[in-house]
Amino acid sequence: MSDTPKTSASSLACGEPQSGSRRRFIRAAGCAAVAAALTGCGNLTTEEFLQRNFRELDKKELAEIIARLEKEYTAKFRKKVTVAATPPMPGVVFGYALDLSRCIGCRRCVYACVKENNQSRDPQIQWIRVLQMDKAEGVNVLHADPYYDPPLVPQEGHFYMPVQCHQCKNPPCVKVCPVKATWQEPDGITVVDYNWCIGCRYCMAACPYGARRFNWGEPHLPPEEINPVTEYLGNRPRPKGVVEKCTFCIQRTRKGRYPACVEICPTGSRKFGNLLDPGSEIRYVIENKRVFLFKEELNTQPKFFYFYGV
Amino acid sequence: METIRNFRRFCLDSLRLVVVGTRAYYGWVAFLLALMGLGIVAYLGQFQDGLIHTNMRDQVSWGFYIGNFTFLVGVAAAAIMLIIPAYVYEWKPIKEIAILGELLAISALVMCLGFVLVDIGRPDRFWHIMPLVGLLNFPSSLLAWDVIALNSYLLLNYVVATYLLYCAYTDRHYVKRFVYPLVFLSIPMAVSIHTVTAYLYNGLGARPYWNSAILAPRFLASAFCSGPAILLILLQILRKTTRLEIKDEAIFKIAELMAYTMGFNLFLTAAEAFKEFYTNSDDVVFIRYLYLGLRGHYTLVPFAWASVLCGLVAFLLFLVPKTRKNWVTLNIGCVLIYASVYIEKGMGLIIPGLTPDTLGEIYTYRPSLTEVGVASGIFALGFLVFTLMLKVAVPVMLGDFTMAKRPARAAAAA
Repeated sequence: MSDTPKTSASSLACGEPQSGSRRRFIRAAGCAAVAAALTGCGNLTTEEFLQRNFRELDKKELAEIIARLEKEYTAKFRKKVTVAATPPMPGVVFGYALDLSRCIGCRRCVYACVKENNQSRDPQIQWIRVLQMDKAEGVNVLHADPYYDPPLVPQEGHFYMPVQCHQCKNPPCVKVCPVKATWQEPDGITVVDYNWCIGCRYCMAACPYGARRFNWGEPHLPPEEINPVTEYLGNRPRPKGVVEKCTFCIQRTRKGRYPACVEICPTGSRKFGNLLDPGSEIRYVIENKRVFLFKEELNTQPKFFYFYGV
Repeated sequence: METIRNFRRFCLDSLRLVVVGTRAYYGWVAFLLALMGLGIVAYLGQFQDGLIHTNMRDQVSWGFYIGNFTFLVGVAAAAIMLIIPAYVYEWKPIKEIAILGELLAISALVMCLGFVLVDIGRPDRFWHIMPLVGLLNFPSSLLAWDVIALNSYLLLNYVVATYLLYCAYTDRHYVKRFVYPLVFLSIPMAVSIHTVTAYLYNGLGARPYWNSAILAPRFLASAFCSGPAILLILLQILRKTTRLEIKDEAIFKIAELMAYTMGFNLFLTAAEAFKEFYTNSDDVVFIRYLYLGLRGHYTLVPFAWASVLCGLVAFLLFLVPKTRKNWVTLNIGCVLIYASVYIEKGMGLIIPGLTPDTLGEIYTYRPSLTEVGVASGIFALGFLVFTLMLKVAVPVMLGDFTMAKRPARAAAAA
């Protein structure tokens, strides 16, 4: 790792093994040579190229990678950016509930999420999609309008249904990933290793909630807009060509805070908490309100519940 | 030692063979190389800036590349339309040309792998999906299955074809005990590559259009007409341009088999359409989008009906012996079948699977110039591979290219 953030992958031939075991290095070295020839342009460092899946890294390797990323982001965004790999809290499985009778479709959650989670501003990526529905049709995506743009919300005759990752207990996206780049953490959050995803988009085809987003181009995030407190499996800046998604604000919730969308909601439509805690608000909602699961028939078993509070 | 030396000779002589040819040959190869150049230029932009150069977006996250991939898996599987009559029924007229099916399969698989590679967002991480080196999510992910099935089938065809050609080159009869098991293995393998590719879509509850139990049978039925359609035209070109003897009865037999598979394919298509339209549940929107248009969006409709119409006409042409045995109508039929299946198993499969998207949105997808450019480059690569292999295989089949007959100059050089 030198001061110039990028070194050519073709420097591999004379470079020394950086980290990890020698065997691993040799195993991947062949691929590196091919890739160097293939990419040619070489804005990929050897360490980046050879990096293993997050779940295969030992503590030392992870610390090195995090140091590398922090340095890279800090240089790129011209302010101190931290990258944490906070482990899940024991005895916690997160759940989310959304009150359809209160949501007014103001989309403040959408923008709070973008701000908190460092989504690309150009091209625009948003993890939450708010659907304007016909009251006469009920919950039916065939009568949904995600591009509603009236001067005032809520509009007469409509209700609003925000959709984001449902953090399924039985996630089809995880099942189909060919390289184990996405998985469900013990606290129930499905995450993506942005440094391992190959960008095949099979998970996007498999997700029934349209929750996954792809970085079709190089993500652009103005330095003054970055949230510098980031999580490795969460809101750190993403590279192009990989998939991303809602993580229940893993960088906040694993430290006992609410997700940004819950905090911003002006109507209190959004509830969040520990499903394993019988005294939590989320448990109260599930046990006492009229709750339904979106596309329940697909047996994805979401941990995201819609309910009618009033 | 002797074998290694001979094989080296075979390789070197083959190399000499492919660099020498008529003007037409050079012209054809130059044309393919130019198209490949175009593909590379188009791909460089995509490589630099990302898949944003395509018209795929979050709503329609797979498009032209994956459509072509799916179609070509079918072409690759079709080699067994020659293998079965040749080796199971020992039917001599087809056995003489069975190797052409294997070569076609190899070329089709090269294109398949090309289309997958250009479709992924991080080609620099392709090693993640390689068995043993990367971290393959097997057996959970059907894409992992597909990687294994396609590569094994490619390897199998490559080994068999090379071995058969090498034996002919050295004027020896091939060892039956070695070839037959591999050839017979290639039959279930061909079925499996297409089944696994169908399951890749089939297993997604989020996409009702793909989530139909007859998807894999439909894949197989359509594959067994599109691949042979290419072969029939090729066989006629080969016997016009070379001394290769291909008997009429071989061609007519393949055409007859195609009539059955095309009929079955149309039947399965109708079965699917009946189930969707008559039930008329919410899930009908996908097939409606394909055949009738939905909420003012009619992009796919003309293509969908063109596919049905081409398929029907071709089926009739191949069913009636008189038109099947008429060269003009036979070739028209081949082109129609190719067009029909190309639409049906390409964009006609992928796009309605994803439109409307899971939240009901209709995004009108049309491939971008980049996608068309890259795709033509990959097709050119496939044709080039096929051309070069034929350049060696045809003289071998004719008995012109053997070790005994190698030109004196070449022998002296080696």
